Amino acid sequence: MNDPFALWVYLSSTPLLWLTVTLCVWVGADWLALKSGRNPLVNPVLLSIIAVGAVLLATGTPYGRYFEGAQFVHFLLGPAIVAIAVPLVTNRKIVMENLLPLLGALLAGSVTAIVSVVLLGRLFGLPPDVLLAMVPKSVTAGVAMGIAEQIGGSPSLTAVLVVLTGVTGAVLVTPIMNALEITDYAARGFSVGLASHGIGTARAFAVDPVAGTFAGIAMGLNAVLTSVLAPILAAWLV
Amino acid sequence: MIAILALLLACQLAGEILARSLALPMPGPVVGLILLAIVLLAWVQRRPDLKGTLLDKVTTFLVGGLGLLFVPTGVGVVQQLGLLGDYGVGIVLTLIISAVLTMLATVGAFLAVKHWTGKRP
Repeated sequence: MNDPFALWVYLSSTPLLWLTVTLCVWVGADWLALKSGRNPLVNPVLLSIIAVGAVLLATGTPYGRYFEGAQFVHFLLGPAIVAIAVPLVTNRKIVMENLLPLLGALLAGSVTAIVSVVLLGRLFGLPPDVLLAMVPKSVTAGVAMGIAEQIGGSPSLTAVLVVLTGVTGAVLVTPIMNALEITDYAARGFSVGLASHGIGTARAFAVDPVAGTFAGIAMGLNAVLTSVLAPILAAWLV
Repeated sequence: MIAILALLLACQLAGEILARSLALPMPGPVVGLILLAIVLLAWVQRRPDLKGTLLDKVTTFLVGGLGLLFVPTGVGVVQQLGLLGDYGVGIVLTLIISAVLTMLATVGAFLAVKHWTGKRP
């Protein structure tokens, strides 16, 4: 009677359990996404968050303890950003051909992401500390948390808003671009990578390799530009 | 495999050191990305094709599996349930509309500049 409980107490405090849970849930969620024919609504990131979150709430496990295990996955975000250099260099020809459109889109998208989220947030009556945390929401998680800290927002709230934004873009990009009959996969990929960072990039790679490459470029460039723009625009808007 | 992981981490570390010591406005991993791109651009002068190499495969795997890497951060939503209870509808609507506007502005600017600069429409 006492044994299974003691085992649980032991396991739930080791990184092994929560790392394994994260990976197994992901494998299941990704399998479902594949079975659905990569239907944009069946987003593996969203499914995994709901499933793992439900397990944590049901077992009363604090997030901090979960993260002790999950941090090994989280840690790879940095090297994964560095790794975008490789598709950037292998696709340098098509990137150079699209250099001006890419820079124009970067500027338009980055400014729109910051300004629109603050103005809309005000319209919906959100308090200033939430607005500040929202400013870098289109930037990939680790970078966005750093920006939030710099401008006085809560990094942990920003992290959640970043993932919600990522899932939103990944779910909506295919229906929106199809409805607008946009067939330029460089443009499609760039827009989802800019708006929805790594989660959008993962979606883009699932659809088309050129879209994925441009999404990765947009994610990297927007991280740089937002790092520069966010402090200026946040001081002006919030 | 290990050599490639070491290369990525070394670039990230160098990027982190540069970003901090020069007080650059950009984050360490992004500086690391730029450093690796410079190294690779020098490399492809001599060995032109990166496609199909182990480096290409490992990085494709890492970038392709990006979604998983966001799960631990996203699960942090369990800490924010109180805030989402108070402002959830406003937050979600703001994020959705802003994401749509951002994608439209980006794709619109991309296609417009491409059109003006006389590339394929």
